[in-house]
Amino acid sequence: MSYSDKAHDHPGHDEHDDHHHGPAPGLMRWVTTTNHKDIGTLYLWFSLIMFFIGGGMALVIRAELGSPGLQFVDPMFFNSMTTMHAIVMIFGVVMPAFVGLANWMIPMMIGAPDMALPRLNNWSFWIMPFAFTIMLSTLFMDSGGPAGGWTLYPPLVLQMGDSFAFVIFAIHFLGISSVMGSINIVATIFNMRPPGMTMMKMPMFVWTWLITAYLLIATMPVFAGAVTMLLTDRFFGTSFFSAAGGGDPVMFQHIFWFFGHPEVYILILPAFGIVSSIIPTFARKPLFGYDSMVYATASIAFLSFIVWAHHMFTTGMPLAGELFFMFSTMMISVPTGVKVFNWVATMWRGSMSFETPMLFAIGFVIMFTIGGLSGLMLAITPADIQYHDTYFVVAHFHYVLVPGAIYSLMAATYYWIPKWTGNMYDEKLGKLHFWISTIFVNVLFFPMHFVGLAGMPRRIPDYNNIFADWNFIATIGAFGFGFSQLLFVYIILKCIKGGKEATSEVWEGARGLEWTVASPAPYHTFEVAPPIDANTITR
Amino acid sequence: MTSGVYRWMLPIVFALALPSVAWADWGALNMPVGVTEISGKVHALHMRIFYWCCVIGAGVFAVMFYSMFKHRKSKGAVPADFHESTTVEVAWTIVPLVILIVMAIPAAKVLIEMEDFSDSEMSIKVTGYQWRWQYEYLDEDISFFSQLNPAHNVARQLDSGVDTEQFEHYLKDVDNPLVVPVGTKIRFLHTAADVIHSWWVPDFAVKKDSIPGFINENWARIDTPGVYRGKCTELCGRDHGFMPIVVHAVSQEEFDTWVGEQQTKTAAADMDSIRQWSQQELLATGSQVYNANCMSCHQKEGQGIPGMFPAIAGSDVVTGDIDAHVRTVIHGVANSAMQPFGSRLSDVDLAAVITYQRNAFGNGTGDTLQPSHMRSLRQGLSQTALDVTPDNLKGVN
Repeated sequence: MSYSDKAHDHPGHDEHDDHHHGPAPGLMRWVTTTNHKDIGTLYLWFSLIMFFIGGGMALVIRAELGSPGLQFVDPMFFNSMTTMHAIVMIFGVVMPAFVGLANWMIPMMIGAPDMALPRLNNWSFWIMPFAFTIMLSTLFMDSGGPAGGWTLYPPLVLQMGDSFAFVIFAIHFLGISSVMGSINIVATIFNMRPPGMTMMKMPMFVWTWLITAYLLIATMPVFAGAVTMLLTDRFFGTSFFSAAGGGDPVMFQHIFWFFGHPEVYILILPAFGIVSSIIPTFARKPLFGYDSMVYATASIAFLSFIVWAHHMFTTGMPLAGELFFMFSTMMISVPTGVKVFNWVATMWRGSMSFETPMLFAIGFVIMFTIGGLSGLMLAITPADIQYHDTYFVVAHFHYVLVPGAIYSLMAATYYWIPKWTGNMYDEKLGKLHFWISTIFVNVLFFPMHFVGLAGMPRRIPDYNNIFADWNFIATIGAFGFGFSQLLFVYIILKCIKGGKEATSEVWEGARGLEWTVASPAPYHTFEVAPPIDANTITR
Repeated sequence: MTSGVYRWMLPIVFALALPSVAWADWGALNMPVGVTEISGKVHALHMRIFYWCCVIGAGVFAVMFYSMFKHRKSKGAVPADFHESTTVEVAWTIVPLVILIVMAIPAAKVLIEMEDFSDSEMSIKVTGYQWRWQYEYLDEDISFFSQLNPAHNVARQLDSGVDTEQFEHYLKDVDNPLVVPVGTKIRFLHTAADVIHSWWVPDFAVKKDSIPGFINENWARIDTPGVYRGKCTELCGRDHGFMPIVVHAVSQEEFDTWVGEQQTKTAAADMDSIRQWSQQELLATGSQVYNANCMSCHQKEGQGIPGMFPAIAGSDVVTGDIDAHVRTVIHGVANSAMQPFGSRLSDVDLAAVITYQRNAFGNGTGDTLQPSHMRSLRQGLSQTALDVTPDNLKGVN
């Protein structure tokens, strides 16, 4: 018996009312929808499509880097590809996917009927396809796509042709979308919880998103300010970042990374929340150290604001600055370590089974830890001077973003798709997807540590023959990983079409309000506040 | 040399025998120890933090894998119900903190040493350009540009058809290397003329951004004579991957000899810019200068890349008024990749490349610009630099 069924049995409902509660027919449903589940679905499909666009760009990069010499693309187009790949993957894949999950799951996890601001929600989503159309269209303009790196450092980025204005315009729209989405999430979490769902009873995914939303609200306007200054420097004769006019190019880097470093945590905190939901389910044991998980997440968020200049150790900072940013950066490993230890302690003496979501969650913990440890190495300033802007850094952030953030998204998809579609996915294919992806993702990124340490800079289209073998291996890994994601799409489509019927609980060890509603989740859930007791909270 | 078949086999070998492949060529896998006291210390720090990470990782993963094998439902494991312990939370906050402090102290010491620029014995100013380096020996009055080896520059073009494996130091060799004495504390002053670059020589553990309008400091005292190679490590546009650094570290006597040779060369170059050149000579030199400086944007046949880099062939500027052409080359074009070449090319090179552009690619203006004329023109132009308004450069960008 599910709570939403109860809601529909409510004497106040008649057939006429129910008719209004269903989705609108036809395509207009998706354009005009204010339903959190519809909008969540839109975000997730958008993100999946962008994943293949960004992935295609990655394959262009890896194809060119497969062997020494230039075989396929002009260096300028290569630079456009590295730049666009980053922009698409960060702003078009990971962020919208997390917002999509937040839309789908947060109201269901806290027992709310919908998001607090449904029309704003529709707008937040529908800005994105237009923003990305503008962004990607620059690739087809005469002056080409942005080619100065996603970090947009001046003066290089100011050499870009007139299509630069389109890039800035698109970034502003993406920022507006993110800030509105974040405000919505904060408003939902603070105002839509039923009686009894206190802050310290909320599922970890809700907690991590609450903190992420604050990071977004705090940093997106900073980014908007930075790119606006670039716009006026480029087109209106100001000199914010030009030394010739009394400006400072390094000031841009400070402003950018004041946004950019919290942004890194925006891309990983919701992943922590997902993994903290999945591991207890399949270990059949509550999350270890819930309180410390909340405090650790908050500490990471706070520290993320005071470490930005570790991206800039070679820019010629004063010694005191270098020491401060080295120590503060090292500090981040403490709360991050606490989280990893808590996940391991959750698994310890549990009763584990290894369905696909659990495999991806464990893959996340292991490979995110590898990326975290190389991050600790990067914090050591004298060593960072050697690592900086080499493939070692590329290996580091891809380990935390691909088998990190992307794996958490795949884990989340397998974990909640029975709730979304009402069908179980194909477990055999899911496991196959996990193992193929895990082998190839390591073949792809692990060799990058070696070539980076041996002296290969990042963002170069060609290199000396001593790096040839490892680069060739990485290229094999890239194509293997890229094409195995088609399997992911197939599994999703197959699950939507049919499959074993899912129960409302779906997983044996699952706890939390989302598992008390039917599968697939009805169009409207929790129109009446559910009772909050030991069975319906996750901790 | 790596044959095609061997490369296809590598992934298989990689999968089967990762350790043996990995240990076979340690040089291409790890950070070099380098040839300065600092680079040795940085390497030691790197290895120390690496071993700590291995220990921590191995510990965490060992517990995880033990748990995954022992505490699985299929083996009949019954879940325990513990879910918090303040003691362990405090323990695994304090222990990592202690490890961090143990790491931070030596790291801070090395950092303080790296940042001590005092008592340097010679100074070299390194200026980054798109896409070459300029080295100025401030005490010896020597200045020259250093850029990618011309043979490599041909090989690295898209579909050049040149086998890059014939060059041992492909993309790591230059025309004019930096020559420095060993055992001397050398202070490097880094700046840039256009965009941000970064000067990195791994064997010295020296990497510093070259920022236009600012001067950064760095230093190295090289212990062992030899040839050391590095790269630009800050994305600086189209040819970022093609601006290597080569440093020849030699004994003090050899260095002194080299300084003498350089000064003779400078005098010879001065003579060159005074004498009369034939058009043929200018075209021959101009072609080389064009390939080294202009080709990456304006392309081999002067066709440019529409929308991004204007064509030289049939260009209004190149076939029109020669003064506007000279001004464009010398002062560049604001907010574009067209750099002011006046500060980086000699009178001979400027005269030759302008002559070449006006006659090659079917432009056929028949004009000849003499280096001596260039010389006087440049001196005059420097006083009228403000005359160059965007209107004069119509059709350039």
